[in-house]
Amino acid sequence: MSTSAKYWRGIPQRYRLEAERCASCGMEFFPPRLVCSGCGARKFMPITLGDHGKLLTYTVIRVGPSEFCEQTPYAMGIVELEGGVRMTAQIADVDFDDLEVGMPVRIEFRKIREEGQAGILCYGYKFVPAD
Amino acid sequence: MRDVAVIGVGMQKWGELWKKSLRDIFTESALLAIDEAGVDRIDSMYVGCMSSGLFVGQEHLGSLLADYLGVAPIPALRVESACASGGAAFRQAYFDVASGANDIVLAGGVEKMTDVDGGGATFALSTAADAEYEVYSGVTFPGLYAMVAVAHMHAYGTTREQLAEVSVKNHKNGALNPLAQYPFEVTVDQVLSSVMIADPLTILDCSPITDGAAAAILCPLDMVDDLTDNEPVKILSSAHATDSIALHSRKDLTWLSAVAKAGQIAYKSAGLTPSDIDFVEVHDCFTIAEICAIEALGFFEKGKGGTGAASGETAMGGRIPVNPSGGLKSKGHPVGATGIAQIVETVKQLRGDGGERQVEGARVGMAQNMGGTGGSCVTHILGKA
Repeated sequence: MSTSAKYWRGIPQRYRLEAERCASCGMEFFPPRLVCSGCGARKFMPITLGDHGKLLTYTVIRVGPSEFCEQTPYAMGIVELEGGVRMTAQIADVDFDDLEVGMPVRIEFRKIREEGQAGILCYGYKFVPAD
Repeated sequence: MRDVAVIGVGMQKWGELWKKSLRDIFTESALLAIDEAGVDRIDSMYVGCMSSGLFVGQEHLGSLLADYLGVAPIPALRVESACASGGAAFRQAYFDVASGANDIVLAGGVEKMTDVDGGGATFALSTAADAEYEVYSGVTFPGLYAMVAVAHMHAYGTTREQLAEVSVKNHKNGALNPLAQYPFEVTVDQVLSSVMIADPLTILDCSPITDGAAAAILCPLDMVDDLTDNEPVKILSSAHATDSIALHSRKDLTWLSAVAKAGQIAYKSAGLTPSDIDFVEVHDCFTIAEICAIEALGFFEKGKGGTGAASGETAMGGRIPVNPSGGLKSKGHPVGATGIAQIVETVKQLRGDGGERQVEGARVGMAQNMGGTGGSCVTHILGKA
């Protein structure tokens, strides 16, 4: 089992969608990084991601990794947010038959999983249909 | 840089090898390669392995395997690039010989995957993706490639049946490979109606969980006559490229740019083009991966991999036979060993030892080994010496 540091270190991103914008070329990064992969600059402005985007692709996981076995089946997708950042997460509260490329979604704060019986409850972002 | 040849290869039958440990299966294949080459020593060795730590709780493989192969104290190193670990190990062995540092070098690959249950194996494989920003949310490798498939189907009209044709073709080839884990044929209907893993991919779109190893012996081309009676195969080029580890960071979710880049470098340094390649072993960890790979390697136009897969052009006797060995799908996919097994097949084909699955007149072959969702790719072109 991981120590709690591995979990709380990611809280600014998983709870609050804290990201950054390259001060040189304007490219947005989530999570933040130290070097811009677009232009090589090393200065960034902190930003918070918007919570609306569109679904680029999706799947329904029928066989999950050990920590998610009890949640199957669950939908997952890659979403492009309005600022251009892309992210992977589960799609909650959706009828699998309604999944389609281009569908609008928004981000909600949800429980992701539990790290064992005495472990940490892990929270983060999921997508839900935005209609 | 010296010209480098492969003078011996070894591989045992792959499968669920419950009675054998990682060290056993590696050593068996390594000995086969050493004996086939007929060499009385090796100077160094590189072993591709993705995750012995998670699969069997063992790291430090270089020392362990050199010890059990009886070759310590030679330098021995485990090489890791997820499912491209085997290809990466072969590339390190190539450099070791080409540079003049060592003369007789073993390139091996091994993975022992059945000592953990299905959930454990799915988790271990998932660590080839971004642990904090993909796996944290519950994604799996079939799930990531399923998302590539959905994007490819949406962008280019690739069909569910075209994906299935990849599996059907590779199983047809693998049925002629006595070392394959699943040497039997399947039909499109069987692929479509088998159990769903991650929509739209069924279990017959996915390469299996496999225990297995493979090995090759490399030496300078100009020393071949002194070392072996075996027919050598020459390494014409070696290439390696990377891409973002997270699938979602790619501008085009349907395009494997590391595969394209490694392919371009491999063609250029060998002075060849796709039309010069007589057959190719590609990394078909999932059916969609073969479709994307044959596009990225230039055998089909971008977006035409699906129609290409269903056209018969990639079958034995077609324009560009893809995966004569049966590929990862039928032969099995012990992740760290796969890249070396591709070399084993390529060498056999170029020697004319392909048996019932021989590509007629094969003079130049390619092996494309990929890590993660294409975050790394190692490509080699080999030719008759």
